[in-house]
Amino acid sequence: MSTAATESDYIGRLATKFRTCPATGLKVDLAAERLIKANAVAAVVFLMIGGTFGLLVALTRWPAVHLLSSDMFYLVLTAHGLDVLLLWIIFFEMAILYFASAVILSSRIAAPRWGWVGFALMVVGGLMTNVAVLQGDSSVMFTSYVPLKAQPHFYLGLILFAVGALIGCFIFLGTLVIAKEEKTYEGSIPLVTFGALTACIIAVFTIASGAIILIPTFLWSVGYIANIDTLTYKLVWWAMGHSSQQINVSAHVAIWYLIAAVTVGAKPLSEKVSRTAFLLYIFFLQLASAHHLLVEPGLSSEWKIVNTSYMMYLAVLGSMIHGMTVPGSIEAAQRKSGYTRGVFEWLRKAPWGNPAFAGMFLSLVMFGFLGGISGVILGTEQLNIMMHNTLYVPGHFHATVVTGTTLAFMAATYLIVPLIFQRQIIWPKLARLQPYLFGLGAAGISVFMMGAGTLGVARRHWDITFPASDVILPYGYPPIASLMMGLNGLSAILAAIGGALYIAITVGSILFGKKVDATNAVASLGPMPKKIVHEAVTKYGDAGTWHLPGTYVLVGLFFTTFILYYFVNWKYLSELWPMQ
Amino acid sequence: MVEKPKPESAAAPLERIPFMQRLLDNPFLLLFIGVVVPTVIYILWGVMEITQIPLAK
Ligand code: HEM
Ligand SMILES: [Cu+2]
Repeated sequence: MSTAATESDYIGRLATKFRTCPATGLKVDLAAERLIKANAVAAVVFLMIGGTFGLLVALTRWPAVHLLSSDMFYLVLTAHGLDVLLLWIIFFEMAILYFASAVILSSRIAAPRWGWVGFALMVVGGLMTNVAVLQGDSSVMFTSYVPLKAQPHFYLGLILFAVGALIGCFIFLGTLVIAKEEKTYEGSIPLVTFGALTACIIAVFTIASGAIILIPTFLWSVGYIANIDTLTYKLVWWAMGHSSQQINVSAHVAIWYLIAAVTVGAKPLSEKVSRTAFLLYIFFLQLASAHHLLVEPGLSSEWKIVNTSYMMYLAVLGSMIHGMTVPGSIEAAQRKSGYTRGVFEWLRKAPWGNPAFAGMFLSLVMFGFLGGISGVILGTEQLNIMMHNTLYVPGHFHATVVTGTTLAFMAATYLIVPLIFQRQIIWPKLARLQPYLFGLGAAGISVFMMGAGTLGVARRHWDITFPASDVILPYGYPPIASLMMGLNGLSAILAAIGGALYIAITVGSILFGKKVDATNAVASLGPMPKKIVHEAVTKYGDAGTWHLPGTYVLVGLFFTTFILYYFVNWKYLSELWPMQ
Repeated sequence: MVEKPKPESAAAPLERIPFMQRLLDNPFLLLFIGVVVPTVIYILWGVMEITQIPLAK
């Protein structure tokens, strides 16, 4: 190593200021802590804005309410997708990356100044794209398929945002290097950090793809490039659009393991198995991007089938492994704590009154049952044709990205506020309710949009009544479709109430919560059976048991549901074009 | 299954670390794989197919 590098290392080490976390005993780099706070706050602000837009969209798609004008509908729909899917989720993921590297490994963070540069780029970019959308000339949906053309600052904002996020990824990797060199941990990195590493790797590919396609599109919008091929655009755009969902999956799976470890002391059943499941993500998850192009005539069946069927199922296998090992590790920990009666005592006596635990478990169950199963249906080439571009698609991804990712991140907030912001949660009684309210509402929008989609109702459609005055060929969906949209609207209101509560509790706690100190640090994390924070979070190691009857019953239930629903859809398919 | 004590990479250089563990402990190798696999199978293969679509006359 050169002397210059050693010197700057030395200075970096000297300049770092740490505090010791009273709940976990971890050393927390104050520079990392400030970055985590800033990113988490930005995330919550954009969730508030984007969630409000979501409610407006749902109320417009409710035929009896039909709130917005058509122009406003498409504007608001674009802003909704942008603010929640990109800004809320990715800002929060930056906080997770910094947390899972610097805090969990008790390391100093690499290049914190660059962290602020990245953050500033993300804020400026996010605001710029929002301004473009709100000005009204960029209602191109967040997919911005060419030849729809937005204002140049729409694309420029996205590019700046992506560069900022890329900086965050490199800081994460740099922190891993520092932690290893300075030996802040022994052996392999803990599983939560490994999950974050998976997210970071997928993010690098995601952002690179985004740059490859958005930079030319930006130049095209300014007028330097004459033409962008529509199919190439879709191909590369989805390398970003789909992969970014896989960042979310990796990140929220890491959060599931984190919350399980903190609240009930759950250790991974087998580090090897869980890490291999993440490895399947790294290898294969991004290929599933092809499921967005299953109906494109320009691409061959070989390409589609290799990318979606064979490879995607390997990635799905990864998710199913996590789907079993997360509840399995909770069961193992609970049984060790003495909840051994019957098949399900461990589950009944779990800390359901702790919003972090409740949100995590709801996220796990709904991601699997609603999001996972519907995802496999959509990823099957033959079945896809029935739901393509219907509301089934938003139904599916609200199950993954709202009941799955968003709910998991909300749950994590109930730990991050006391651990990082060092404030107690205000209104603990309402906080207990919050995951259930939001979870129920989000499950409702997912299920009812899927229901409407199964009936053929189009996505991104302002008016599904097709009045004879407006259209050449009048068409009516079965009346039950309107019922579905009404139920969707009601669920949206419920989800919005749950979301507003989350924001009020989070902001309120950060501003007015009681200070956390050594006397109340563990209690601030909410009710937990053991009243200590287990080292399972920060250390590599297995639970060492596979005696998990309850988990096996849950897994059996999942597969039964899966198989039944899968074949029901093949039956629908056989009835779609009756042969006469 | 009996758990063997985990060898510490620096302290016990003589014990061979299994291939999978070495792979999983190497973030930059994982990064390389995670970028190359989809670039080849999804993007490059896809773009090659698109360039072979005959142009309309
Ligand atoms: C209060 C909570 C929410 C409600 C009521 C809601 C409702 C809706 C509705 C009704 C649509 C329109 C479907 C269509 O017409 O095609 C939609 C689209 C969408 N939502 Fe949400 N949503 C909520 C939260 C979220 C969150 C948290 C995310 C992401 C993390 C999200 C991501 C999206 C995306 C990406 C679209 C697609 C936009 C497009 O097609 O361009 N939503 N949402
Ligand atoms: Cu996708």
